[in-house]
Amino acid sequence: MARISAGIATSHVPAIGAAFDLGKTEDPYWAPVFEGYEFVKEWIKDNTPDVVILVYNDHASSLMMDIVPTFAMGFADEFQSADEGWGRRPVPVVENHIELAAHIAEQLVIDEFDITLINEMDVDHGLTVPLSLVFGDVKEWPCKVIPFVVNVSQFPTPSGERCWKIGEAIRNAVKTFPEDLDVQVWGTGGMSHQLHGTRAGLINEEFDRRFIDLLAHEPEELKYITRLEYLRETGTEGIELIMWLIMRAALGYGVEEKKRFYRVPASNTAVGHVVYEAKS
Amino acid sequence: MPRTRLYPLADLEDIPGTKVFTALRSREAYYLHKFCMSLMKAENREEFKADERAYLDKFKMTEEQKQAVLDRDLTKLIELGGNMYFLVKLASTDGLSALKAVSTTSGMGVEEYTQMMLEGGRSPHGIRSIRDKN
Repeated sequence: MARISAGIATSHVPAIGAAFDLGKTEDPYWAPVFEGYEFVKEWIKDNTPDVVILVYNDHASSLMMDIVPTFAMGFADEFQSADEGWGRRPVPVVENHIELAAHIAEQLVIDEFDITLINEMDVDHGLTVPLSLVFGDVKEWPCKVIPFVVNVSQFPTPSGERCWKIGEAIRNAVKTFPEDLDVQVWGTGGMSHQLHGTRAGLINEEFDRRFIDLLAHEPEELKYITRLEYLRETGTEGIELIMWLIMRAALGYGVEEKKRFYRVPASNTAVGHVVYEAKS
Repeated sequence: MPRTRLYPLADLEDIPGTKVFTALRSREAYYLHKFCMSLMKAENREEFKADERAYLDKFKMTEEQKQAVLDRDLTKLIELGGNMYFLVKLASTDGLSALKAVSTTSGMGVEEYTQMMLEGGRSPHGIRSIRDKN
């Protein structure tokens, strides 16, 4: 049977991808950010999964304009990196695990989540920056990746509570997949940031640190934070943190925290990152 | 029975200096955004740069939106329904980083804004709510 063995959360700031691609990881501005990922780059060598379910949001690259699905899964065989206005990131093609994706879709609908399937799309920095941060500069990604896309940008977005529940549903779906697969769930985005207006540059370190404090062992505390509270406390883009809840819920009750990291700034954003191993 | 809202929808408009991107704003900016997404192709970026006005006229945007694009007035574009994830494609076409693009809407110069970020960013204190002034 398939099982979810671990979870990773990380911010997915596009400028991190640019710094990575342009070889600026040791610049004084960027070195303290990339240092925070030294642990996971080592850890993943012994913990490479068969499949990553990578929870992210599309930044007006493939979605958001003509179609705005609340929850969607990439269902193509493979995905290219998107041209977001400065050319495609030079990263490997992302390969899907179609059988597991199909199974998850089936089980999610049974669990009352009517998931959207996307047969063609490019994947943007929201998906490729986390892959680069964890796997580094590689010729091909060492595992399959199921893109799991959440609308966190256009209101109405889903609530944190709903994200928690779909995380639980993903967990149940993976557990009932008959093939023996090692699966990780990654939650990306956040932490606090706002990208427009006189509140641009908002960082709420107190909120972010409390979020990381509670996520491992008292995540129930975080489930009921309203969308309005995310906007007020963490900025209009800080609400991406609801995607971390999907990862956490997918891991089940007990986790062992292997790493936590917090750093301000990367571009406009507070960078947060955790690594959890599932206990049960 | 429908479930009760956890907060009044109007509260989304109660955050200082903030335009929450709603489905209605998305409608308002649909053709502006269509233009922005067209810049995801190199040949379109070249065509836009060669004659901005002519390129913009291919889209059903309002005159106000077109003028704000020509002026690179991101604050205005956000007032007219725009969302930064779309607008950043325009900034990228100009070779501007997201940090620089965002700073132009903040009322601060880019150097002052960059320095603020290096010092830990903007505190949420006092700018959570217009009504509650907290």
